[in-house]
Amino acid sequence: MKKVSICLVLVLAMAFSSSCAFGAAFKIGGTGPLTGGAAIYGNAAKNGAEIAVEEINAMNGDIKFEIRYEDDTHDAEKAVNAYNALKDWGMQISLGSVTSKPCEATAAENFADRIFALTPSASSAAVTEGKDNVFQMCFVDPNQGSASAQYIAEKGLAKKVAIIWKNDDVYSKGIRDTFVEKAPSLGLEIVSETTFADGNDNDFSVQLTDAQTKGAELVFLPMYYQPASLILAQATAMGYAPKWFGVDGMDGILTMEGFDKSLAEGVMLLTPFNADATDERTKNFVAKYQAKHNEIPNQFAADGYDCVYAYKEALELAKATPDMDAETLCGKMIEQFTTMTFNGVTGENVKWSANGEVTKDPKGMVIKNGAYVGLD
Amino acid sequence: MVFLNFFISGISLGSIYAIIALGYTMVYGIAKMLNFAHGDVIMVGAYVCFYAVARYNLNPFLGVLIAMIVCTFLGMIVERLAYKPLRQAPSLAVLITAIGMSYFLQNTALLLWSSNPKVFPSIIGRGAFKLFDGRLSVSHITALTIIACIVIMIILSLFISKTKMGKAMRACSEDKGAAQLMGINVNATISLTFAIGSGLAAIAGALLCSAYPTLMPTTGALPGIKAFTAAVFGGIGSIPGAFLGGLMLGVIEIFAKAYISSQLSDAVVFAVLIIVLLVKPAGLLGKLTQEKV
Repeated sequence: MKKVSICLVLVLAMAFSSSCAFGAAFKIGGTGPLTGGAAIYGNAAKNGAEIAVEEINAMNGDIKFEIRYEDDTHDAEKAVNAYNALKDWGMQISLGSVTSKPCEATAAENFADRIFALTPSASSAAVTEGKDNVFQMCFVDPNQGSASAQYIAEKGLAKKVAIIWKNDDVYSKGIRDTFVEKAPSLGLEIVSETTFADGNDNDFSVQLTDAQTKGAELVFLPMYYQPASLILAQATAMGYAPKWFGVDGMDGILTMEGFDKSLAEGVMLLTPFNADATDERTKNFVAKYQAKHNEIPNQFAADGYDCVYAYKEALELAKATPDMDAETLCGKMIEQFTTMTFNGVTGENVKWSANGEVTKDPKGMVIKNGAYVGLD
Repeated sequence: MVFLNFFISGISLGSIYAIIALGYTMVYGIAKMLNFAHGDVIMVGAYVCFYAVARYNLNPFLGVLIAMIVCTFLGMIVERLAYKPLRQAPSLAVLITAIGMSYFLQNTALLLWSSNPKVFPSIIGRGAFKLFDGRLSVSHITALTIIACIVIMIILSLFISKTKMGKAMRACSEDKGAAQLMGINVNATISLTFAIGSGLAAIAGALLCSAYPTLMPTTGALPGIKAFTAAVFGGIGSIPGAFLGGLMLGVIEIFAKAYISSQLSDAVVFAVLIIVLLVKPAGLLGKLTQEKV
């Protein structure tokens, strides 16, 4: 009995001392797929955010963070459990969830609990809809679709367009919907529209043949880069060489181990982040990320990184202190995020509207000689 | 000609399903259990082959050989640790264990090799045979997959029907208890079945990733499920059935995509499966065994 009570005292003492040691830090928490099929996105966002936290804590300024990520395996139900675990831990401000489907679930909790959320990368419109305290660091899906259509039309890239999209993915569908809606008014004709889904995402011969026989000059690929890499390889094998246009999910294709970069030659994409950019902040971030994780950061990592810095700026402007409760911070954050302008690695002069959507300029990129080059 | 091209796409997709289905069906035929971890053993095989070829610049065929050895041992270890203790348990318990094993392998792979997709170098290049002035092309990898399927199918059939070990396997599949009374080492026989099935999985992994070259920890899972469907379609337990089922599933999937709707292709595939099972409950080439009570 004595031993047990000594143990208990020790445990309590440890718990107490650790809470003391970190008492002066803001607790930020987020959920994301750290395991499972979408783990690449969750881990990237987490790694990016952690690097920002390390940098900020090392500055020894007024703002310090303690960050914790919980695994949601890209599952809405698990995301809510993970969110609750973070709440028990004492999360004061939230990074929402990394992927759209889980984030729609946790955003509702954030709204109900009055805990402010800034998601790095959950881009579906439903994440922020009707919630005054949920904000996004990435473009909202509909904007990507219409921005892509506009870009293609303005630059005169093509008249006849084919779309291949993933019909079991809200991200892909969201972009496709607004693209299709916007295209006719810009004089773009969608000649072929085909889909794929989990489980039949290996063979794209049918989709590509359809685009080819209908004379599409440009194929729009609103999807992540893994299926896109298969599409590019199979089109090359078929001898079909249209223009390719991707969205931010295409980012990362060049860093796939073993990928034949010549396949992606000439692929265009709109993305907020370019790991090859030469400005000081991006170079510093990419170097640190590479040293720590042995890979080039993608836009998810950059979004995670920017989220933490945006929080730092907002907390400084609001003169917030770590002893404030989540609800007080929520009010202050709403006030700051709707008024401040943020400069980060994913964009300059970033602003947020009251409904939580971000405004930043998508950068048109084209892949030339195995590297991203600005289109403009 | 477009039709023929789709047909060939279907065959090449189907040949991949077929080679995975061979492993499923063999283990089921003998051990009477659905090894849902088969797809993940395939993934492990593909990773081993990837590291041998892309990182250590070994000859691709040597890479496949190493992958086969690793997978054979992996299969035996999995069997020893996860399935053998449940030999007397109800089959549902073994099924759940197999699903657990599948997740275990996937997540271990995630820790070991990270979630970033890797591009698998084709084991025989990306060339194609051109027919009819190049209007029709059959990639080398498709040809190799079909040849590999047929060779494996013949060897397996011969092994099971002609050798002593094969006879022991058939005896185990019919009645484990009686086989044991006749002096057959049932445990060793079932271990051997898993060893062979997992060795085949390594070949399937190398071919799967040569045809569709992105490799992730989840690479084997969904093709595994499709191949399982193919095995049921052809008659689970029947080796030629797995081959036929795989090819047909691939062709139906591509035709459904091309001529019905790319959104509905899986729905069509499974509708066909249901119809086949309604007409022939044991699958296309399966034998209906009466359970004597």
